[in-house]
Amino acid sequence: MQTQKGLTEDLRGIVGSDSVREATAEDAVEGVEPAFVVEPGSVEEISDVMKLAAHENLAVSPRGGGTKTHIGDPPRQLDLIVSTARMNEIMEHTPGDQIFRAEAGVKLEDLQEQISGSDQMLALDPPESGATLGGIIAANSSGPRRYKYGTVRDLIIGITVVLHDGTVAKAGSKVVKNVAGYDLSKLFTGSLGTLGIIATANFRLHPRPETARTVAVEAAGPQQAQAAAQAIVHSQVEATAVELHYGEEEKLLTVLLESIPGGIDAKTEAAHFLLKQFGEVRTLSDEEVDHLGPLTPPEVTDEIVLKIGAPPADLAAVLESVVDAAERKGLAHPRITGHAGTGVTFVGLSSEDEDAAAGFVEEMREIRTRKGGNVTLQRAPLTLKQRVSTWDNEGDYLGLVRRVKEKFDPRGGMNPGRFLGGL
Amino acid sequence: MERSRLIRAMEDILGNEGVIHEHEQLRTYECDGLMNYRVIPDLVVLPETGEHVQRIVRLCYDEGIPFVARGSGTGLSGGALPVKSGVLIVLSRMRKILEVDIPNQRIVVEPGVINIWVSQEVADEGYYYAPDPASQIVSSIGGNLAENSGGVHCLKYGFTTNHVMGAEVVLPDGSVTHLGAGRVPDAPGYDLLGAFVGSEGTLGIATKITLRLVRTPESVRTLLAGFEDTEGAGGAVSGIIGEGIVPAAIEMMDRLTMEAVEAAVHPGLPDAGAVLIIELDGPGAEVEEQFGRVLEICEENEATDIRIAEDDEERALFWKARKAAFGAMGRISNDYYVQDGVIPRTELSAVLGRISELAEEYELRVANVFHAGDGNLHPLVLYNNATEGEAERAEKLAGEIVFACLEHGGSLTGEHGIGEDKKKYMPKMFTDDDMNVMQLLRCAFDPHQISNPGKIFPTPRLCGERPGPFQMHPLQKAGIVEQF
Repeated sequence: MQTQKGLTEDLRGIVGSDSVREATAEDAVEGVEPAFVVEPGSVEEISDVMKLAAHENLAVSPRGGGTKTHIGDPPRQLDLIVSTARMNEIMEHTPGDQIFRAEAGVKLEDLQEQISGSDQMLALDPPESGATLGGIIAANSSGPRRYKYGTVRDLIIGITVVLHDGTVAKAGSKVVKNVAGYDLSKLFTGSLGTLGIIATANFRLHPRPETARTVAVEAAGPQQAQAAAQAIVHSQVEATAVELHYGEEEKLLTVLLESIPGGIDAKTEAAHFLLKQFGEVRTLSDEEVDHLGPLTPPEVTDEIVLKIGAPPADLAAVLESVVDAAERKGLAHPRITGHAGTGVTFVGLSSEDEDAAAGFVEEMREIRTRKGGNVTLQRAPLTLKQRVSTWDNEGDYLGLVRRVKEKFDPRGGMNPGRFLGGL
Repeated sequence: MERSRLIRAMEDILGNEGVIHEHEQLRTYECDGLMNYRVIPDLVVLPETGEHVQRIVRLCYDEGIPFVARGSGTGLSGGALPVKSGVLIVLSRMRKILEVDIPNQRIVVEPGVINIWVSQEVADEGYYYAPDPASQIVSSIGGNLAENSGGVHCLKYGFTTNHVMGAEVVLPDGSVTHLGAGRVPDAPGYDLLGAFVGSEGTLGIATKITLRLVRTPESVRTLLAGFEDTEGAGGAVSGIIGEGIVPAAIEMMDRLTMEAVEAAVHPGLPDAGAVLIIELDGPGAEVEEQFGRVLEICEENEATDIRIAEDDEERALFWKARKAAFGAMGRISNDYYVQDGVIPRTELSAVLGRISELAEEYELRVANVFHAGDGNLHPLVLYNNATEGEAERAEKLAGEIVFACLEHGGSLTGEHGIGEDKKKYMPKMFTDDDMNVMQLLRCAFDPHQISNPGKIFPTPRLCGERPGPFQMHPLQKAGIVEQF
């Protein structure tokens, strides 16, 4: 391995001197500070940086908007952050084909803005603002609209990746329907930078809905919340999102309805009719939608956020177990939200009692292991992560996950230690 | 392992009736739906349980015997073509529906279950299984999974990969693993299920499959519209998509296809140069308004004849016409080759123009059927096998057509797979690095490359990790692969 100075020179030689800098404390990933941050401006530059990284055996962490670095365990080693900040070009948007191709560093908001003129949207709505396409793919971020449109895996149609040694490979295409070759786009979805760097991606688009309303029902308790969600899910109303806000005081199940102007009234009426047996129903006003609507990014004030994945029809049991365990551990009533239609529940804790929090996480995992599901930490202090890993329910596929990692990153240089199983 | 010992070992697992080894009986399995390729397998085995599959695969692994899984054998790319000196594992005896979970909108089935049975099983509950390949009355869910099958309704509802939520998989070393979380969202780890679906049997065998069920829509409206030519029909398709309408299906057939279909099933198609079948479904008010708009768009594009399905029976007739298209070719041609290419929708007119040029050049007729909404073309190249050289010419023409798709930014295949048939074309779409990286995945799942070897990739790579003293891999010896 050469000197720090020599390495800086080499990196500058690849990306230009303005695009390499020494890292600062702000670049730390879960407490681990890298030596450099480099910003390649093209796929070729990423490839050359990775060749150098392989030659020097550097541990690399890819970074997009840096909005989700709190997800995952701390890296075992970190030398170089490869930022996609300069990879911000939308290469193609063909409205008639309802697709686009873009570099990974394009921010979701910018993309949506750019394509809004053609009344289209990428049907992804993760809560974090400033996220890039690459980061959203790598972390498999999703939001309320997943109920109707699915997640990244359902929308991505092509990808270009750069592996640890600079190998550039693409998979998929720019057409919506394609089964040629293995679907590496899906493999890289949720891979959290451990298989390689996502350089570009192609997605399918959807028409932007013309009108929207949000109908909400006050749910007295877990059973009513589940019954209300189930009523919508099993109806023919074709909701866009079914969301839960389950606080100590206010317990609301909100349903986002989208349609054409001639269809929205009937949908709204149908939702009212379905929900009224479970509690008080109302259509939210514009102001209420701004803070209670499904598409409002939740304010993250909690130090600890758990994501519980469970069968959607187990919602009541999930809510009961969360509230009950929190109470027994002496924790304040957790802030609970979730995508009730798809079985995702977020639990926010702000406890300083780490023993209680760790016990809470373990109990949730124990319950879900028994009943089906998984519990991951979306956000937690490092000290808690040292006691209970980010990841859970490693399942019998962990061996296969490990073999895939070993094939794609044999030297273990890509975000080592951040993923499940210590990968 | 000697063949007779292998037969005995398989019979120990499956009993005598589960093992086929007589030459004449083996010939039944020499090809799948693509009959230009034929290989007689060494042995055919018919497991009845996941445990059977596991023991068969374990035996193959221990003995270094390649195997190929087969469902109903309807594939059109030779994906289930047996390998010489290999075992064909036929899953058509694994036909149990294991669990229906309406509250979570899931169903768990064995791989041999026929696609349409799934919808039939849950119809009374107001649910169905959305992916509907034209072969759905015979093709199996396991085969659909392996090929990532499409269908006429995938424009709105997605492909098989969007509906398979979990799978119990026997890996090529005989171990069992569970991919995807089934009823639960977002399994932690790589999306290995996403990579497995559509891998054409090269990564292992699914023995239990969890599918997503979709609620039947409140309202369905279907129309059939005739146009002077494909240009006019294409204009209507662009108009509908441009309007922000997402129909459940938009299918197009050209004049030649209609001729064949008319002769075969007599649906009473209009006398037109092209026909569109358009279906909208969803909440009533939404569908009504959009259906009205679709009618207007068809008229704006000078539709010559518009028929609206009055009831389910008439709707079924429209769909029968479409789904009969491939088979109907027998009415107008001795032989035909089904091509499966994809283009960006906006390139439709240019590519159809190119296809008719090519047809003229090759002096062959091409009938066009396609999923117009998602740009998936099925040009049917008509030929007569009895005429010297015509089959070769047809194959060459079919190749030229798919190259035209690629030149216009499309893909080699939208739903039939690469299999045996198109692996030679893979380098037209992917670089060596692309294919080598894809094969890293293969090496993780199947380091000895015994699961459906020789498919998808023109030059299979070995994974360089055979334990023990070096010995040439049987595939390498046979000149099928080269060392990585």
